[in-house]
Amino acid sequence: MVEGSINKAVLRVRRGGPADTPRFEDFEVPFEDGMSVLDALRWIRIHRDSSLAIRYSCINANACKTCMALVDGQVEYTCIAKLLPGIVTVEPLPKRRLIRDLVTDVVPDEEKALLARQQPD
Amino acid sequence: MYAAISAARQGVSVLLLDKSLVGRGGATIMAQMTVAAALGQEEPDDCATHLRDTLEAGRELCNEELAELLCYDGPARILEMEGWGTRWARAGDRIRQEIAPGHSRKRCCYVDFLNTGPAVAATLRRKVSEVAAIRRLSNIAVVDLIIEDGRAVGAIGLSLAEGELVTCHAKAIILAAGGLTKLYERNSASSNMGGEAYALALWAGAELIDMEFVQFFPIGHLAPRLVGMDPIMWDPFRYKLGGKLLNGSFAEFVDRYGAVDFGKYTVTRDIAAYAILKEVEAGRGTPHGGAYLDFRHVPEAQLRAAFGPVIDRLLSNGINLTKTPVEVGPTAHYQMGGIRVNTRMETCIKGLYAAGEAVGGANGANRLSGNAITEAFVFGARAGACAGAEAKTLSRNRDDKLAAVALDRIQSMPPRGSKRETAPVILQAELQKLMWEKAGPFRTGEKLSEALRRIRDMREQELTDLKIASDRAFNLDLQDWFELRAMLTTAEAVVTSALARTESRGAHQREDYPNLDPLHLKNQVLKLEEGALKSTWIDPVRRAAGLAENG
Repeated sequence: MVEGSINKAVLRVRRGGPADTPRFEDFEVPFEDGMSVLDALRWIRIHRDSSLAIRYSCINANACKTCMALVDGQVEYTCIAKLLPGIVTVEPLPKRRLIRDLVTDVVPDEEKALLARQQPD
Repeated sequence: MYAAISAARQGVSVLLLDKSLVGRGGATIMAQMTVAAALGQEEPDDCATHLRDTLEAGRELCNEELAELLCYDGPARILEMEGWGTRWARAGDRIRQEIAPGHSRKRCCYVDFLNTGPAVAATLRRKVSEVAAIRRLSNIAVVDLIIEDGRAVGAIGLSLAEGELVTCHAKAIILAAGGLTKLYERNSASSNMGGEAYALALWAGAELIDMEFVQFFPIGHLAPRLVGMDPIMWDPFRYKLGGKLLNGSFAEFVDRYGAVDFGKYTVTRDIAAYAILKEVEAGRGTPHGGAYLDFRHVPEAQLRAAFGPVIDRLLSNGINLTKTPVEVGPTAHYQMGGIRVNTRMETCIKGLYAAGEAVGGANGANRLSGNAITEAFVFGARAGACAGAEAKTLSRNRDDKLAAVALDRIQSMPPRGSKRETAPVILQAELQKLMWEKAGPFRTGEKLSEALRRIRDMREQELTDLKIASDRAFNLDLQDWFELRAMLTTAEAVVTSALARTESRGAHQREDYPNLDPLHLKNQVLKLEEGALKSTWIDPVRRAAGLAENG
């Protein structure tokens, strides 16, 4: 079998919270054939900027269905969206309330912590 | 989720906390495979035979009472799940069951196609949402328990969306946060399997048992990169289609390690893992450090008949099984050890229970394929029933002052203002690499000692000096930090236990002690004493004579 060659992609990621002016940051990410957009986002957190907010759970099984984002303008599960060389734009889901960076509010209302919070002071 | 449903049946109110979205994290959602229970629908089978197979695989270290509970309650749970909407694969009026390694009967049910885990998780999510007494909270990572006079009375969690700590009060607490596979670089886990349940139990004063027995799944997917699938998906392929394990020179090899394979797939997990890594060590591995799994001899029609849409998903990953073998190798998969409980799923701390993979002992030194989801159902149902019953007998026990003290302690924990550039996720990656290299499938005293020294350094020196971003909302640095704190405690528990067991048994393989040692026919119990882990040895729990025959 031929080994996957190392390619490069630039992830253009929208950053910021609901009160911020949205800005885009570029991250150059090396990748092997077959890697996903989520693989690249996780790579960025370890190798470039751990403060990047992303939501995922099952990593690559497409079982948890929590890693959705806009990839080049299309709603995708980032865990199965394949990386291609060149610029890949990643943005939070447009129709959900923005929490920060790529994370939007996909938690069902009845599962939200705020409702149950007990103020410590 | 099973525990929550079962506790609510006792007439108590239940708070269900999940680090991820409720019912979308953990290991179950990833499990594309099978669930073992002696339904006897494909061929005659009974619970006693399932128990015998489980005990045999466990290399004489199973807590036989827990194993008995697992095997005898399994069938009822499978049928209950079907009643709640899980569509087990059927052939006419019988549930289909397949044979799996180590099982002497066709016993493993599944949901087509490779959809068992997601399907049962969906059933439980729906069921949980229908029970009014269960309140669900997503994105709360429990970071500490509140203990008062030896009784668990509450928990402190990090609410990720707001970046705030929350306190919860409870009359009983069930730890069901799964296993520890995220400790290892190569793992088949979802992102939230950092072994938090074990660390929480230790910190609370409870005991762990047999933490050295980490199961390495022998044929986890290595290459080419495969997405949209569970990395351990090749197991059901092998049940149904055989498939040959070949080394880097495309030669069969498993038979040279004392087992019969030859495409029949009857070799147990520990021997398969051993055989593959020994081939790699001898320079006969594949490019990514594993073995080839080859289905080229299976006609495409047969592949499609067995796995239909999955074959297309593989093709979209550039994998054509009729033309290319894939690379597979051992990957951290499951923890046999865990929190020490009795058959009521109680720990030695009053009001503190455990369920699922967090429980230690039922599977001894090696777990049979298919027993994990069964145990999630059975132990969940049992823990929920017992915790619910206990909670009903207690009057309201809520001490806000105590909670405030615990909260203060936790609040002051994550380091602030560090000048280092190292974020918690970076130290996590280093820990995963360390555990893989020094405390992986094959261990030596020297490597384990190195691991222990490094883990202690990380815990004592570096954990308190890491870079944490200042954002409040969805601050993963903060969540990673608490996770790392638990991972280091749990990793130390695994390594300490592995050092002390100077023999090779089941999933614990010591190259410096390659044989079984009858003197070690004991379970190892770990406890925190004045901040240090202390190991003691006990005789395995054997079931009362005759129970199995009467069951």
